[in-house]
Amino acid sequence: MASALAVRLRKLKEPSIIPGFGITLGFTLAYLAIVVIIPLSGLFFKAATVSFGEFWQTVTSARVVHAYQISFGLSLLAAFINCFFGLIIAWILARYHFPFKKIVDAMVDLPFALPTAVAGIALTALYAPQGWIGQYLVPMGIKVAFSPLGILMALIFVGLPFVVRTVEPILQDAERELEEAALSLGATRWQTFWKVIFPSIVPALLTGFAMSFARGLGEYGSVIFIAGNIPKVSEIVPLIIVIKLEQYDYAGATAVACVMLVASFILLFIINWLQQWAGKDKAAT
Amino acid sequence: MIFSKNPSPITESLWIQALLMFLGLGFMAILVVLPLASVFAEAFRQGWVAYRDALAHPQAIYAIKLTLLVAAIAVPLNVAFGLAASWAIAKFEFAGKRLLITFIDLPFSVSPVISGLIYVLLFGAGSQFGQWLSDNDIEIVFAVPGLVIATIFVTFPFVARELIPLMEEQGTEEEEAAIMLGAGGLRTFISVTLPNIKWGLFYGVLLCNARAMGEFGAVSVVSGHIRGKTNTVPLHVEILYNEYNFVAAFAVASILTILALVTLLLKSLIEFKFAAEIRAKKK
Repeated sequence: MASALAVRLRKLKEPSIIPGFGITLGFTLAYLAIVVIIPLSGLFFKAATVSFGEFWQTVTSARVVHAYQISFGLSLLAAFINCFFGLIIAWILARYHFPFKKIVDAMVDLPFALPTAVAGIALTALYAPQGWIGQYLVPMGIKVAFSPLGILMALIFVGLPFVVRTVEPILQDAERELEEAALSLGATRWQTFWKVIFPSIVPALLTGFAMSFARGLGEYGSVIFIAGNIPKVSEIVPLIIVIKLEQYDYAGATAVACVMLVASFILLFIINWLQQWAGKDKAAT
Repeated sequence: MIFSKNPSPITESLWIQALLMFLGLGFMAILVVLPLASVFAEAFRQGWVAYRDALAHPQAIYAIKLTLLVAAIAVPLNVAFGLAASWAIAKFEFAGKRLLITFIDLPFSVSPVISGLIYVLLFGAGSQFGQWLSDNDIEIVFAVPGLVIATIFVTFPFVARELIPLMEEQGTEEEEAAIMLGAGGLRTFISVTLPNIKWGLFYGVLLCNARAMGEFGAVSVVSGHIRGKTNTVPLHVEILYNEYNFVAAFAVASILTILALVTLLLKSLIEFKFAAEIRAKKK
């Protein structure tokens, strides 16, 4: 019995002469449990103390449902727009030569590096009626600040680097011989793009899309300043959670957070799957 | 073909190239460069003196000190975690490895607001543990420890996810050779592994630090917005902005913007200066 167990345990880890496995894995698991797993599962335990009827009523109340529509709808739209412009930016960075290219390349990561609160107030200042852009748009009847359009701008801002950074390396590594072959077989540049290049970047583009979408769903700091936060018009789901917390409605905040967390986990699962697909694709060519 | 890297028949016609350049750079200018410029324009709207006064305000100085303190605790802890996790994951083969990596990535897919909420639920007065803490006069939520813990959560994956792929690519031969030659585990790590991963580690620390100092959502939820007690720099920006004190808000925001620009500059420098070295180390 004991030896059978030992054999089974040995199968869990391949032998190695490198020391430190026990202590580093032990520390990793302990730290992970204390910082991430226990607090996160606490959320589900808290949700379990709420009766199902109450839970359902909270997560399907009209104001919350409007917030889902705004968060999911605008994140989806922002991710689409990022796919289009992100692909163009990745394309010019990977294939063209132009002055200040390194600066442009570095600036793509600005939305990652700039604190979200700063992005939020900067975007609001730009699109406010007296702002640099707002002063031209507002007379035309286009209201960006304090409207859903402002939320969209903020979500595009935070999501842009994901698409560029996943697509750019694929374009850089692409074998140009394939494009030459397509050309010599009589394909136009447009046909070469759609039939040769585009299929190879689809997994990366979808990964970037999903990452941009996931980031948009949870985004808070850059959105709340520009959104105007009008109930049922420009209120995002993370803001609903904050409002419920400020009213000491912990059960309500937890219920809405659970719905969002499940959506995030599903997206994480899809992103992992997409990345594996992209990896396999790369290995095959 | 002025934009093409190599003159080659497999490129777009000139007007398509110009159109793509216009769309790409125009989008970047409106989306990224204009907001950046507007931070500084708004900060200096009333001149240098107003800018300096906003930064010299005692509450601004308190916020800067608090942010530095929070980062000084959170970043080293996550570096220690990142090194331990990448050693265990990259140097050994064991069951459940992919699952462990997924768990390490988890904080990235959780909304910052939820990251704060979980600690309010755990340590707040609503839970039994929170009740016990308040009976013993231990303050975590709505106090500095809460800010630190929430910051650790949101910056948790940065170092580990930078190091794991790098160390996996480098394999274990060099460490095995060092062990065979009689070096101990710690000696092997310091003399063999660390020089191989130093740029990756620096990169991870850089990103971790930028996020730790700039985090808003999670910290906002656990802070309770107590002025002069729990307002970090991003929260101070929010307070000033909501008071319509725009010049001061943008002045304080400009420090965070400079931090972001320095982060990007260092990141680009590592990438360009040491690209050859990093590539060599990967083989």
